[in-house]
Amino acid sequence: MPDIIEKPQKHSIRSDIAYLYDGSFEGLLCCVYESYYQKELPALIFSYSEVQATLFPVKEIETDIISAEKVEKSIATSISEEALRLVRLCYYSCEDNREITILNFLRLGYKTGASITNMLANDTVRKVTDIARKVSRESYFYREFLRFSDYNGALVAIIEPKNFVLPMIVNHYCDRLPSEQFLIYDETNKHALVHQNGESAIVQLDNLELPEACEKEEKYRALWKQFYNTIAIEGRINLKRRMGNMPKRYWKHLTEFQE
Amino acid sequence: MLCDILGSVDITEKLTILSDAAKYDVACTSSGVDRAGKKGSLGNAVACGICHSFSADGRCIALLKVLLSNACAYDCNYCVNRKSNDISRATFEPHELAELMIQFYRRNYIEGLFLSSAVVKNPDYTCELMIEALSLIRNTYHFRGYIHVKVIPGADPKLLTSLGLLADRMSVNLELPSHESLKLLAPDKSRESILAPMKMIKNGILENKTELVKYKRTPKFVPAGQSTQMIVGATPETDYQIINLSAALYKKYELKRVFYSAYMPVLEGRNLPAIDSKPQLLREHRLYQADWLLRFYEFEAAELLDEKNPNFNLLIDPKCNWALNHYDYFPVEINTAPYEVLLRVPGLGVIGAKKILRARRSGSLDFPDLKKMNIVLKRAQYFITCKGKTMLGIRYDPEAVLRGLLSEQSWQLAGPPMEQLSLFDDIAFDSLLKGVEPVQLSAGLLRA
Repeated sequence: MPDIIEKPQKHSIRSDIAYLYDGSFEGLLCCVYESYYQKELPALIFSYSEVQATLFPVKEIETDIISAEKVEKSIATSISEEALRLVRLCYYSCEDNREITILNFLRLGYKTGASITNMLANDTVRKVTDIARKVSRESYFYREFLRFSDYNGALVAIIEPKNFVLPMIVNHYCDRLPSEQFLIYDETNKHALVHQNGESAIVQLDNLELPEACEKEEKYRALWKQFYNTIAIEGRINLKRRMGNMPKRYWKHLTEFQE
Repeated sequence: MLCDILGSVDITEKLTILSDAAKYDVACTSSGVDRAGKKGSLGNAVACGICHSFSADGRCIALLKVLLSNACAYDCNYCVNRKSNDISRATFEPHELAELMIQFYRRNYIEGLFLSSAVVKNPDYTCELMIEALSLIRNTYHFRGYIHVKVIPGADPKLLTSLGLLADRMSVNLELPSHESLKLLAPDKSRESILAPMKMIKNGILENKTELVKYKRTPKFVPAGQSTQMIVGATPETDYQIINLSAALYKKYELKRVFYSAYMPVLEGRNLPAIDSKPQLLREHRLYQADWLLRFYEFEAAELLDEKNPNFNLLIDPKCNWALNHYDYFPVEINTAPYEVLLRVPGLGVIGAKKILRARRSGSLDFPDLKKMNIVLKRAQYFITCKGKTMLGIRYDPEAVLRGLLSEQSWQLAGPPMEQLSLFDDIAFDSLLKGVEPVQLSAGLLRA
């Protein structure tokens, strides 16, 4: 007869616990560290900014740069650089429970090694690659569908992305406009990319108030709208195709669609 | 800022006239060259190209596409800008164009400039104006972004060379797909006068490459290569002729792109299609698909069409068409087929085929796996097996495949979309029955 009371297994992994971290990428890597060294598989990982009610006991994970670096290095060497890239993209996404998704992916990765990024039909891997694709797609769109306005020589753009795309577009805009002074404001995540005198930073910014556009700026906007409307060929109007190529949620901040 | 172009002249009117005149030029890509930004300058170029907007016709807007001038000295009877046509004329001053383009670029409206022009006075003079504008942009504004310039046929080769050193891409428009058609509609242009600058650019690029190996600091000549464009549907050429011509251009002149433009009837003319004729947009689409097959899928023009079947089937894409005519190659096994074979499966693209190669390294694949990998099976299902089985477990013959491929499309062609059947609405049956006919009809047509 089998034992009625299950004996605790020697290597059992505790899963009835939630992690609370500071929301940074390093902090998340420390959660991975903790999970490994304490043999825990948390049911939930959340940050201070998104406090959740949970029945599980909550464990606060302190961000320690040294352990974070260790984990980062181990992902790159024990799994692959590509895996690290996917994890980073996934971290910047707006997906629910992205932390757990990343943790599951990494646990699988440490078992399989570099081949994990080829396991495209695996559910865990697929989830991560799908999220990463969405994030990189959106950051790619913000190279296209972003418009600056000139305020006294400084360029300002406002975006409303779903994901936190600023880190993915920093290099693009800084390389492109090295001598300009510019600011890209992410209204969703309340952060701004600021570039000045050849240096750039992403800073938190809760509110952005802009002065009225000057006459000259208005004129350039009008010229652009005029060009936009003239360049379409009447005989080929295809609004569906336009919508497919340029999803409507990007229109709000595009000069050519503004009043 | 160098100058204020807004106050002095009516720049809006110029922009309107000169972009309106440029809109029929197809090429608006900014691809083919990678150039990083540099301290103290403005802009960079990205090889994959960046679109910045899409106009109401669904085409991408990557470049400020304008003519320098539409005040043409020539009188070609098929051209809107011909001298005898009564339209508004405008010419940009080089500094106006430069400032306008730079201001658009700073605001991230555009990726660069696509400059073309009507012939002002004579080809050389026009070319000099263009060079002046481009040198302002490159040397005074230190612009490192993308510039595409259209060659003015008949200009001095020396001028073309200086233009090529300022631009990333050059294009000479072939205009019409055959010698005879050119003679008919553009008597001032001959095949030779078009091919000569094309050849010159090709050789220029080649020489430049060998020089670049020797001297690193040699300025680059047309680094993004050259392209061309031809009008489809104004003259009687078949798709077979057009595709063969493109294949030859890719091989002989090493063109980066051939663009096709469905003829838009804008002018009345003795030798032109009637002004109310519809542009052949679907045909243009098929030509682009075939063009893609030539460039990225290792197809030969002769495989796609022949003299007996000189035109593409408008109902199915060229790859499907090829696959149905060569059904003995199929089905292919997803787990073992080499890359080149996977590429030939309808519905599988370069990305899909590469994904399959990667994924099957870590285990054999099944249809649900393919779905998880976001591989679209709508068309591919008829041409592949996973572990020896087709998706529905049945073997197909080409006719059944065609019916399967067409059914969805034909339902749409049949008229209003299908409605949900309702117990209380017997009209719904009528509309369903109506939809049946066209399916059989189109399949029958194809067999004939």
